[in-house]
Amino acid sequence: MTGPRIRKNEVPLIETVDLKKYFKTSRGMLHAVDGVDLKIMRGRTLGVVGESGCGKSTLGRTILRLIPHTSGDVRYGGESIVGYGKSKMREMRRHMQIIFQDPYSSINPRMTVSQIISEFMIVNRTYPTRREIDDRTAELMDTVGLASRLTDAYPHELDGGRRQRIGIARALSLDPSFIVCDEPVSALDVSIQAQILNLLMDLQDERELTYMFITHNLSVVKHISDDIAVMYLGKCVELAPSKELFSNPLHPYTKALIAAIPEPRLDACLRDSDIIRGEVTSPIDPPAGCRFAARCDYCTPACTERDQEFRDMGDGHFVACTLMDG
Amino acid sequence: MAEKSKELLRVDDLAIIYKTDLETVHAVNGITFSLERGRTLGLVGETGAGKTTTALALLRLLPERIGIVTGGSIRFDGEDLMSLPPTEMRKIRGNRISMIFQDPMTSLNPVLTVGDQIAEALVLHGEGEKARDKVVQAKVDEVLSLVGIPPTRKNEYPHQFSGGMKQRVVIAIALACEPDLLIADEPTTALDVTIQAQVLKMMRDLKERLDTSMILITHDLGVVACTCDDVAVMYAGKIIECGTREDLFREGRHHPYTVGLFGSIPDIHSETTRLSPIGGLMPDPTNLPPGCSFSPRCPRCMEICRTTEPPETTDGTHKILCHLYGEGGRSR
Repeated sequence: MTGPRIRKNEVPLIETVDLKKYFKTSRGMLHAVDGVDLKIMRGRTLGVVGESGCGKSTLGRTILRLIPHTSGDVRYGGESIVGYGKSKMREMRRHMQIIFQDPYSSINPRMTVSQIISEFMIVNRTYPTRREIDDRTAELMDTVGLASRLTDAYPHELDGGRRQRIGIARALSLDPSFIVCDEPVSALDVSIQAQILNLLMDLQDERELTYMFITHNLSVVKHISDDIAVMYLGKCVELAPSKELFSNPLHPYTKALIAAIPEPRLDACLRDSDIIRGEVTSPIDPPAGCRFAARCDYCTPACTERDQEFRDMGDGHFVACTLMDG
Repeated sequence: MAEKSKELLRVDDLAIIYKTDLETVHAVNGITFSLERGRTLGLVGETGAGKTTTALALLRLLPERIGIVTGGSIRFDGEDLMSLPPTEMRKIRGNRISMIFQDPMTSLNPVLTVGDQIAEALVLHGEGEKARDKVVQAKVDEVLSLVGIPPTRKNEYPHQFSGGMKQRVVIAIALACEPDLLIADEPTTALDVTIQAQVLKMMRDLKERLDTSMILITHDLGVVACTCDDVAVMYAGKIIECGTREDLFREGRHHPYTVGLFGSIPDIHSETTRLSPIGGLMPDPTNLPPGCSFSPRCPRCMEICRTTEPPETTDGTHKILCHLYGEGGRSR
């Protein structure tokens, strides 16, 4: 991942090395995240896209150690955090937060807005007095655009957009440097979606936040991301700077994903040839080789023989596909 | 029977409220539209715009006692749907007008096989005596292959299907009796983009093959662009702009809300990073603002907008409900 703002030897804020997360099921091992290498530089946004079940949410949660990893490494500022004990990890969590997808189920319905936002600060004892916490809560509400009259309101009194703002304020309350945004706008209406996306981008500029933005919506991710990783069944199949990925997608799956976006314009109607066939295959004990092979129009015998190497195509563009060999 | 008229459905000045002891929700406030045979109408709007309420009213499925039609008429194929007795209405429902609900995960019965659920619809509408009848089973196979599911899977239960497949089953049930009108309420919202593309293509093909008219309810203008012939944009229970697909997507005069909707969609071709959303929120339907209900959020709001209901401006097939385009603000 290179960009104009990146110095050569800068340590990425977040780095995963061959990160794996398997779940044991009665039918075998479910490979949710299967060897993902990613780097996110400070102040940048990495978009992670893929269909449901591709492991993108699991990846986000594994990085935050909300669920234990199976193997591999997660590094924060160059330091491995997977071996951290409970108290050290709790300290760590101040720097790493998450905004959840569903603003209806991710906040406690029995707490008021100010209680929800101040909870983390109370638990972490970031401020010595109640007064400072209240001031800071008011400040946060102002930052995310929640009117002060809502301080004592309960979540059920608010609509989805406002609830998501609570989730954002809560994530910001400990001044984190890294935030995993797990589909933060997919439950919202389009006009509200745009408001929240703009808010997230403004906050990033003000606070030099680093985002990992997980979504299934490619057009949203293009907007907010510096780099985009495309995932398919636990593997990262393509990684490129945002512009590059859209102007020059290399992996057949990325091409199909881009072609599947219904565009609000007259001339852009889906051509039948662009429609990807079949559905995501089972992530339980997947066979060797490219996971996309079964749905791919360009599949060759080489695709199913061996795992695809993540190949550097230059300018920060990586792809795992036999088509790019030689 | 006289020659079939071109117009299949005509809704005139339809108004619906939801009345509870505590409050009255003005869900639909006088909408007028018509649908010709073989065409697809896209009903676009955000949550709470009244899209689903309109659809439920067409099928007379509004919640009893709470959902009340306060005015207007619905004519389907020349018949006044509002005055039909319940037994007659039951014959139309599912048979001549059927509906696809938004969430395929919850609109199927989890304890019945997929085949039985399709057969149920067929038997209820007199396609056969029993679900086990050969005729019925043959039809079940036919419908399943129509939506791209191998008929061998008809003895499986909904949980054995993926989301996209479940939605295909729901579509199969809706199409089983070959209705004249299919109402699809956000049929692809719960699906992944790639599966959405598959389902939309299938619906387009089926519509052509069966010559069904369709009302497609959605909030996604992209879906509208690739499937609909006509579009109606709803806001706070009103159709604020309608016309053909070309009218809506072509540059020109548009309602500020429509402009806002387009501005809110991240465009994969544009290089800009900031979106231009519509400020504020949808008005409270229990307490709609006077004048134009979009006025509190409208960037081009004028004095008159806050007091007087906007007039309708017509330009061929293109209609806009806004003071900006009225003749000096005079109504109609």
